[in-house]
Amino acid sequence: MRHKFRIRRVRLVAAVFAGTLILIGAGDDSTRIERLGHQMMCVCGACNQYLLECNHVGCAYSERMRSELTSAVGSGKSDSSILQFFIEKYGATVLAAPTKTGFDRVAWIIPYLALVLGIGVIVLAMRTLRGRLAAAPRSGPSGVSSGEMDRFRAQARKETEL
Amino acid sequence: MSELGSFVLLLALALSGYSFVAGFVALVRRQLGSEQLSETARRAGIASFVAVLIAAVILVAAAFTNDFSIAYIFHHSNRDLPLPYKFAVLWSGQEGSLLFWSLLLSGYGMVLRLRHKTDQRLFAHASVVIAAVQVFFLLLLNFAARPFAIMQGQLPTDGSGLNPLLQYPEMVIHPPMLYLGYVGFTVPFAFALGALAMKYPGDKWIHITRRWTMVTWGFLTLGIPLGAHWAYYVLGWGGYWGWDPVENASLMPWLTGTAFLHSVMMQEKRGMLKTWNMWLIFTTFMLSIFGTFLTRSGVVNSVHAFAQSSIGDWFVAFLSIIFIVCIYFYWKNREHLKSEHKLESLVSRESSFLFNNWLFLLICFTVLWGTLFPVLSEWVQGHKITVGPPFFNGVAVPFALILLLLTAVGPLLAWRKTSLESLKRNFLWPALGALAIGIFLIATPPTWGSVFGMRPWQDSAYFYSLMAAMLGALVVFTVASEFIRGGRVISGHTGRGLVASMVQLGHRNTRRYGGYVVHVGIALIFIGVLGTPLNQSAEKEMGFGDKLAVGPYTLVCQSYTQEDHPNYSTELAIMQVFKNGKQIDTLYPESRFYASTQQPQHIPTVRSSLKEDLYVVYEGQNPDTGRPIIKAHLNPLVSWIWIGVLVMIFGTVLALVPNAAPVRAAVTERAGAKVSVQAAPVGAGD
Repeated sequence: MRHKFRIRRVRLVAAVFAGTLILIGAGDDSTRIERLGHQMMCVCGACNQYLLECNHVGCAYSERMRSELTSAVGSGKSDSSILQFFIEKYGATVLAAPTKTGFDRVAWIIPYLALVLGIGVIVLAMRTLRGRLAAAPRSGPSGVSSGEMDRFRAQARKETEL
Repeated sequence: MSELGSFVLLLALALSGYSFVAGFVALVRRQLGSEQLSETARRAGIASFVAVLIAAVILVAAAFTNDFSIAYIFHHSNRDLPLPYKFAVLWSGQEGSLLFWSLLLSGYGMVLRLRHKTDQRLFAHASVVIAAVQVFFLLLLNFAARPFAIMQGQLPTDGSGLNPLLQYPEMVIHPPMLYLGYVGFTVPFAFALGALAMKYPGDKWIHITRRWTMVTWGFLTLGIPLGAHWAYYVLGWGGYWGWDPVENASLMPWLTGTAFLHSVMMQEKRGMLKTWNMWLIFTTFMLSIFGTFLTRSGVVNSVHAFAQSSIGDWFVAFLSIIFIVCIYFYWKNREHLKSEHKLESLVSRESSFLFNNWLFLLICFTVLWGTLFPVLSEWVQGHKITVGPPFFNGVAVPFALILLLLTAVGPLLAWRKTSLESLKRNFLWPALGALAIGIFLIATPPTWGSVFGMRPWQDSAYFYSLMAAMLGALVVFTVASEFIRGGRVISGHTGRGLVASMVQLGHRNTRRYGGYVVHVGIALIFIGVLGTPLNQSAEKEMGFGDKLAVGPYTLVCQSYTQEDHPNYSTELAIMQVFKNGKQIDTLYPESRFYASTQQPQHIPTVRSSLKEDLYVVYEGQNPDTGRPIIKAHLNPLVSWIWIGVLVMIFGTVLALVPNAAPVRAAVTERAGAKVSVQAAPVGAGD
């Protein structure tokens, strides 16, 4: 009796687990469709929209592409193979952004390279500036220390600020 | 009519050509009579405006009188087109919009030439530069893109009609605003090139052009969001900015123009960055021309682009000439642009402007790079690729957030040098306030609304949203603290209330405090944009009584119907909106079909609040069931974008208002006698 109860309990747990997996799977599918559908463009040429945002009823491309995406996700293909399928069928312009492989990587790298170069230029300017400031004589009146000058500046600002 | 139009355009070309050649000769050969020659050039430039104005009036009149013998009118108008949109015909096609460009340019040129007594020699130089640009556009209008070309064969009884996308009230004002901005940058460019060419002593030309630049920048600042607003309310995809190449083309000169408005202060106050400023304004003008080239050459794919044509080559040639001329004069007179002062401290207003300029240019470069990368890809790989929103959002948005941080910190820094103690004192409370906002947005339950209960560790988009909220709040708090601090000082001197003192403060230094108001507008726009990753949407085919839920709203389809109008037929749905079980509104999304162009157009209906927009689109009918397909978007915080734009425009107008007279306050000397003192705003500078 206890054995039967245990089997029933195991079955129940397994059923709940399987159900949960199915539900999670269903959730994952819609999330994946949402994500992949926003990594691709509708290729109709008229809307210039993400695949899932094309709102042309009867659009010759987006409806077909959406159903292809749904069936590809349902069949368990990986994201990369789904994207590859769409590239082969509709061309590289189907992707909403450059990939991070091959020459496409250059698109992503150059702005950050420009950022780093900019930082480099500013760091260089800092070093030059420090050297110049260290070499230059104090611009304040003789006998006035740097701290005093700062205090005078602060006082002047405080008293004249409107 | 077309003959008269063609004639006045040819006359305008001759007058502009004379204005350029005679003005140039008068400047180069400074002999007896050169002043009279220069005066004739000035008058010819003014007369060219009259000629171009007549041409534009003729084209608009042809639209109003349905003169379909003119090919342009046939292609862009029809008999049933409502009268206000007949005006829009002027800029709805390639030839007309070039005529509009030329009209605005000659208008700016006329104002400049009428004000020549301000500085005759500098204005004469600027007038020659403007005449040269005018000659280019009139050459296009006379030989490459003729607005008065006539129809061949039998005359049509009706026109093809205006593009349905343009039949919206905003389209009557968006392009003129944008063009006023684009074209207006010719004026500071002309002054800059003129000042460089003549080695203009001092920086007076900067003062002369400041208002021109501000006004131009203001038009562009209004024009770009008007386009975004139009896209939001007309295109029906639920968004307002798609990083389309033509949108990007309008953003680039705005970015460099904004950088110029900041860095030019360094030249005015400290005599620094002269070369940089010169090239910034050169670049801004070239980007304006480049944007016009992008929309007309077909070099990149865009939903906005005009028909592909050969005039792209003209623009390439013109851009090349501009670049060569700029390089020539820079190289020839580069000694004239040497800085008068060096940077003294990294913690100073000057260094913040340097960082700010670097970021503006970096964002501009990123936008340009992303826009042109498909062309580069085709050249290198043999095939085009798409560079869409994921690229721009992933690269330009982080840079923009750094810029927003600088917008908050910059105004707290003084010219020359700021002590860290003073920075800490001024920055502490705004920073704590921004931090509190961030903690609040994370700690609040998501059930309060889409912007609450943020989880920045789950998705980078949420992280950016949170950062935009916090940095936006930081900007608002720092500006508020600046106003309060200054207001208190004035209040202490004059005995007025704090609010009245803050108003007086703004009036005392309109440029500085107008700029701060613009910063607040920018912060509000960022706060509005931060809602984008939190958008939700739902779509459903709906019969009578069917329900569609999105966020806290439930839409119930009450009815759907069809109507016929002279210019279009429409299908519309009547949707009741419920929130928490209570009906709060009725919306009427529609889909129009324009018979003349055989094009459908979805007109969304939007229920806006400060918290969110409920955006409902009638996407069409299912051909099998005949029932409407409705898509509902829930877009948080979008209204803040439009509010932010209005605040920016208010700040720009405030910055253009002349300063009020200095405050005079009675203060008591140590001896006890009262004396009158004049208080001037120095503080962190303006």
